[in-house]
Amino acid sequence: MTTAAERLETRPRPGIASRAWRFAGRHALTAYALLVVGYLMLPIAVVIMFSFNHPTGRFNYVWNKFTFDNWFHWNSVLGIQSAVVTSLEIAILATLVATALGTLIAMAIVRHHFVGRSTTNLLVFLPMSTPEIVMGASLLTLFLTVLPLGVAGYQLQLGFWTIFIAHVMFIISFVVVTVKARLIGFDRHLEEAAMDLGANEFTTFRKVTLPLIAPAMLAAALLGIALSIDDFVITYLNAGSTQTFPIFVWGIARVAVPPQVNVVASAIFLVAIALGLGNVFWQYRTARRTRGTA
Amino acid sequence: MLWLAIFFLVPMGFLGYQSLQSGIFPHFRFTWEFSNFTTALSDYHTQLIRSFLYAGIATVACLLLAYPLAYWIAFRAGPWRNLFLLFIVAPFFVTYLVRTLAWLNILANEGPVVRILRDVHILAPDGRLLATTFAVISGITYNFFPFMALPVYVSLEQIDARVLEAAKDLYASPTQAFIRVTLPLSAPGIVAGTLLTFIPAAGDFINAYFLGTPNQQMIGNVIQAKFLESLDYPTAASLSFILMGTILVLLLVYARVVGTEKLTG
Repeated sequence: MTTAAERLETRPRPGIASRAWRFAGRHALTAYALLVVGYLMLPIAVVIMFSFNHPTGRFNYVWNKFTFDNWFHWNSVLGIQSAVVTSLEIAILATLVATALGTLIAMAIVRHHFVGRSTTNLLVFLPMSTPEIVMGASLLTLFLTVLPLGVAGYQLQLGFWTIFIAHVMFIISFVVVTVKARLIGFDRHLEEAAMDLGANEFTTFRKVTLPLIAPAMLAAALLGIALSIDDFVITYLNAGSTQTFPIFVWGIARVAVPPQVNVVASAIFLVAIALGLGNVFWQYRTARRTRGTA
Repeated sequence: MLWLAIFFLVPMGFLGYQSLQSGIFPHFRFTWEFSNFTTALSDYHTQLIRSFLYAGIATVACLLLAYPLAYWIAFRAGPWRNLFLLFIVAPFFVTYLVRTLAWLNILANEGPVVRILRDVHILAPDGRLLATTFAVISGITYNFFPFMALPVYVSLEQIDARVLEAAKDLYASPTQAFIRVTLPLSAPGIVAGTLLTFIPAAGDFINAYFLGTPNQQMIGNVIQAKFLESLDYPTAASLSFILMGTILVLLLVYARVVGTEKLTG
């Protein structure tokens, strides 16, 4: 202890120059950080701004005048409404299935030592470390080979269900990783305690395990919905003639992007950011509450 | 639960098998046509190299932008941390295509950025930003930024403040403390971020499509066009495999350089 104290005393006081340097350094970092945040926000601001634009011609590149029309008549562009609906349907369905399957896979990986465990682990990582185009392409070749064979006599085509399968595939990985992280930090004694108190496996899962991993599942599901709505590359390759919102944008971008596209994108953004802010606020409150009681 | 893992394994295995097979089936027959690979490689090596070059530059740019921001959020933002994290992921909430199209607005010839750059003579009076290599790379940088920022933030945030105090007590200057302590401790985040940015960036084709010209075409553009426009599945599939294989090789080299433990976490 004495040595530490001696060191503290003998340590030279920083001179004015070095303090000024550090002051500048500290604020330069802050300024740089805020600039980067500004850079991140710039396109978003542009998207939202141009959703209120009343374009002069077909092109929505130059600011003309402010209007709410695009928001009131967001579905006045042919095909945009059905594309948005398809996107939402696929996102919700695929996320539900992927969250259920992903959670079970995560539990299997963390809890059970089975043959092929590490292989499964690797396979979960593969979709995330594969460029989307490769994953979309391999799914497409799979579908092209399998679909003409048909299932139970039905002829199948690329479309809603192939997109659904593709989305389940890539969302699962994110669910597994998120839920796995939660399960690793999970106190197994809680489950043992429940079993000791006479709960059977199912009750234990429902009353103890599930509530504890629910936040991770919810986070994964929200991420899944966001990824699914946003995905273009994999969807595009496997969509056939079905249109999701990103595919609609791709198609219309070859002609001219109407401000209604900005409206839908802004709306998706605002919903997501509202959820995000709600989460930040909620965490802030819980943090304060737990600090208050501790 | 075990059967579920298998249920997952089978389609994944099938997928791998299929794409391997399709790479060598011209006219939908399996004929071990390895020449697909060689022709694809000799026809499109420019795009392949360009893809990795662009992805590499964008990854470095992401790191240079993201590291100071992540550092600032982790150590200086205090109670605002989560809010700024939300700012980092905010671009993800705007549809990928739409946010890329927004760069069209920003970089447009009539737009303010080009005008200012022309006024200060960084850009020639008839110079443009759209349809240039710069536009494509900056588009990629923007789109994959969060993939870099988040892992770096997580690794910085886990650094124990006491370690930094110890460094200070041992007479390290702030710069020394950063280089000898903070930087090595955040290395896993940098490694993860680099991979998460580089891999999808190499396969990207949207930025090149919207912000570039055929001269900026990347391998993703070729694969996409082969699949959906010229219906040349064998070439497209072998190109996918070449892309995948090259990434795996780069990954292995990278793993050798930085150490395997860091790669797997």
